[in-house]
Amino acid sequence: MSTTTIAFTRTAAEHATARAMSRRRRLIDHTVRLFCIGATLVGLFFLASILFTLLVKGLPRLDLLTFTREFQPTTYGDPDAPAGGLLHAILGTLVQSGMGILIGTPIGILVGTYLSEYARGSALGNAVRFVSDVLLSAPSVLVGLFVYQLLVLPAGGFSAIAGSVALAILVIPVVVRTTEDMLQLLPNTLREAVIGLGAPKWKMITLIAYRAALSGIVTGVLLAFARIAGETAPLLLTSFGNNIVSWNLGNAMGSLPIAIYQQANSGFPDLIALAWTGALIVTLGVLAINISARLFLARRK
Amino acid sequence: MSMTETNPASGFGGVQARSEAAVSQQARVSVRNLDFYYAAGLPKALKGINFDLPERQVTGMIGPSGCGKSTLLRVLNRMFSLYPGQRAEGEVLMDGHNILDPKLDVNELRSRIGMVFQKPTPFPMTIWENIAFGIRLHEKLNKADMAARIEWALTRAAIWGEVKDRLHTSAMGLSGGQQQRLCIARTIAVRPEVILLDEPTSALDPISTLKIEELIDELKRDFTIAIVTHNMQQAARCADQVAFFYLGELIEVAPAAQLFTAPKHPRTQDYITGRFG
Amino acid sequence: MEDDSGAPPPYSPLPEFSEKGPRVSATTSDQVIRRSSGATGDLVFAWLCKGAGLLVLLLLGGIILTLFLGGLPAFRHFGLHFLVSTDWNPVEGRESYGAAVAVAGTILSSLLAILLAVPLAFGIAFFLTELAPQWLRRPVGIAIELLAAVPSIIFGMWGLFVLVPFVQQKIQFAFGEELAAIPLIGFLFESSNYAGTSIFAAALVIAIMIIPFIAATMRDVFEQVPAVFKESAYGLGATRWEVVRSVVLPYTRTSVVGGIMLGLGRALGETMAVTFVIGNANRMAGSIFDATTTIASVVAMEFPESLAGSLKQSSLFALGFILFVISFIVLAISRWLLRSRLKA
Repeated sequence: MSTTTIAFTRTAAEHATARAMSRRRRLIDHTVRLFCIGATLVGLFFLASILFTLLVKGLPRLDLLTFTREFQPTTYGDPDAPAGGLLHAILGTLVQSGMGILIGTPIGILVGTYLSEYARGSALGNAVRFVSDVLLSAPSVLVGLFVYQLLVLPAGGFSAIAGSVALAILVIPVVVRTTEDMLQLLPNTLREAVIGLGAPKWKMITLIAYRAALSGIVTGVLLAFARIAGETAPLLLTSFGNNIVSWNLGNAMGSLPIAIYQQANSGFPDLIALAWTGALIVTLGVLAINISARLFLARRK
Repeated sequence: MSMTETNPASGFGGVQARSEAAVSQQARVSVRNLDFYYAAGLPKALKGINFDLPERQVTGMIGPSGCGKSTLLRVLNRMFSLYPGQRAEGEVLMDGHNILDPKLDVNELRSRIGMVFQKPTPFPMTIWENIAFGIRLHEKLNKADMAARIEWALTRAAIWGEVKDRLHTSAMGLSGGQQQRLCIARTIAVRPEVILLDEPTSALDPISTLKIEELIDELKRDFTIAIVTHNMQQAARCADQVAFFYLGELIEVAPAAQLFTAPKHPRTQDYITGRFG
Repeated sequence: MEDDSGAPPPYSPLPEFSEKGPRVSATTSDQVIRRSSGATGDLVFAWLCKGAGLLVLLLLGGIILTLFLGGLPAFRHFGLHFLVSTDWNPVEGRESYGAAVAVAGTILSSLLAILLAVPLAFGIAFFLTELAPQWLRRPVGIAIELLAAVPSIIFGMWGLFVLVPFVQQKIQFAFGEELAAIPLIGFLFESSNYAGTSIFAAALVIAIMIIPFIAATMRDVFEQVPAVFKESAYGLGATRWEVVRSVVLPYTRTSVVGGIMLGLGRALGETMAVTFVIGNANRMAGSIFDATTTIASVVAMEFPESLAGSLKQSSLFALGFILFVISFIVLAISRWLLRSRLKA
């Protein structure tokens, strides 16, 4: 071991250099910190700005008529004409999103169960997980194209069924993700305890595991609902939109996002104002569902 | 943990403990009336600690888990400042300055009081970069000086021979014991005055442990060292002075030979004879 | 988005259990019945689950196939020229469609969005993991995540109403000439389009929409760096920024890139928000202030009014197929990079 001539202690000059460097380093550190705080403020500012704009523009038409009337042509230049509402769109969104959830949730839960309880580590399981995660972020407008080709074209027209199926396809990956995650959190001892009582595996899963993972799965379903309630592009290609309340699932059906889209682009101030009100309703609804889903999960934990 | 735990009572009959250690009176770091809180509202984690780290000696810190010995180590280099809510009161003096002073440049402090952790913590870069990382923070060296410094640090950490042909390979490829010596090299490369070792061998096998212990013995010629350990034989083998902590209090501090053979306090006696802890 | 690799030890699946269950002294007829119902139930349920899993694969296959078949007439009609042609002419008799403008618009707007989003997302993640006091982390984290829950069309309206005028007046009008005067890259800012609706406005809106995804991924992986590694860098006297740059980022590099790719994948497919602010012009953008279009936007705008079986509709399917291929590749890479996210 060769002993080199390096001093163990720093000289006064070296201390001075270190101090000078330290000052510069702290300056850089402070600059980066300021940038990070700024970035966070900018992010929060965007959210605040969106909410503020929605409130300012949407509150004026947040009246009873909006919830009780269907679409009416513009009152522009004819103040005596009846003002329209969004009833058709609100009902349409509830019907289609509800059906999307009804179709998508069972499938999503089964897939999540398959991934967590049956296919851990198997090649098929990994493929399913991979595809589900890709679908989670895949462009939703393409799902619209798919369902158009699958249902709209053969049936000869746009329909609420097609819209619901498109939304269901968007629901599945969300529910798969949360179901698998929640089931994986369950301790194996719980499974073994149930199996040890002589229960078959399917009863263990349906009666015990689902119950234990319920809060997480419900959260997933709520988040999925929040996501599809605001979807526009896939509906444009499947249920298209309708200006009156329709209960016929085989026909075109209105929805809030589509009504917003069409009226926002109409060019008439009164319709644009109604579009903003629709936007306010959708956003508040979606954010409320999101927050309550989180609160629900936090409390159950 | 990998050390074989024999009955602590045996083997202390002054065999390994340094009977010759005359604890120097010159303190490098002095702790005065130190209290520590992990969060407001929680009870004190350290209560009125008073003791010195003597210059160029090894101070062993022992005691049962949760007794505050690691906490004290984290006060000495202000590591606790990273975590909002943790608070230290009292004084820790070094060169007449209180290192608890909020205005103090903690980065400079940490370059003067280095620390090695329980688990080896090589950074995800080459061996060379691992050592150079700390140096570059505080000094501007040209390539030749940097190379000399790195060789010096690795040599002092007794790992130069093992890594000199692979300086530019990833440090993650080293064995656990080598990684820990690399971390020691990384710490001394900055040329601190004090080195804090927080159970540096608890994750290592007995042979690596022995190497680290020999290294500590060698390093104390130049550095003031504090080592927290769970292993009393290790404290007996390495330390000149040993401090025994219990429930956040410093029960007894004495030269190693004295503390292990003739403890003054009954609680120390109980601990070293294995009656608890 | 977790991976199975770092998860708890695999729960050994059914065979031994499904056999073990009924074996409990099956003597009475009652128990015999229970055994058979258990075994059949298990079989049915297992196949239900597996069937659902296969359905997911089928969905992907179905989407690819229908998009391809739908686009086939256009691919046949235009050949490879479709990919490079900048035409979009629906006038009967002179119909000619090409993908080049929309593809370029999609990729450029997404890349520009990534460029804008990554520094901000990193800043937010750094703030949430290293700087913010504990009590602030959760509310701020949730607020940022809520930004991701706002529907695309809302971003579109807000973008058109707030962001586009801002881009037009506070950036293009205020600095346009100065920017255009910058040597070498000045042309990027030189545009005869003064409407404000532009590829830059689109990129800005997309950036805001993908920031939460990138920031959340970064925050999650930053949090997984063991404290002791960060502390050993602090122990050498490093500042917070130096620790993040030299220890945290190298540790999490793969996952950080994976998070950025996830953001890119989402950016490519963004539809309604982009439709509102990009100007929807079938022109190549030579400047960031030019109006252009993207694949998703063209499909959403033109598909509802295209005739079934027309060449235009087929061209839109072909565009959709191209978008699906691009975003599938990007999302697959993202998934692959994030696979080890749980490994510390």
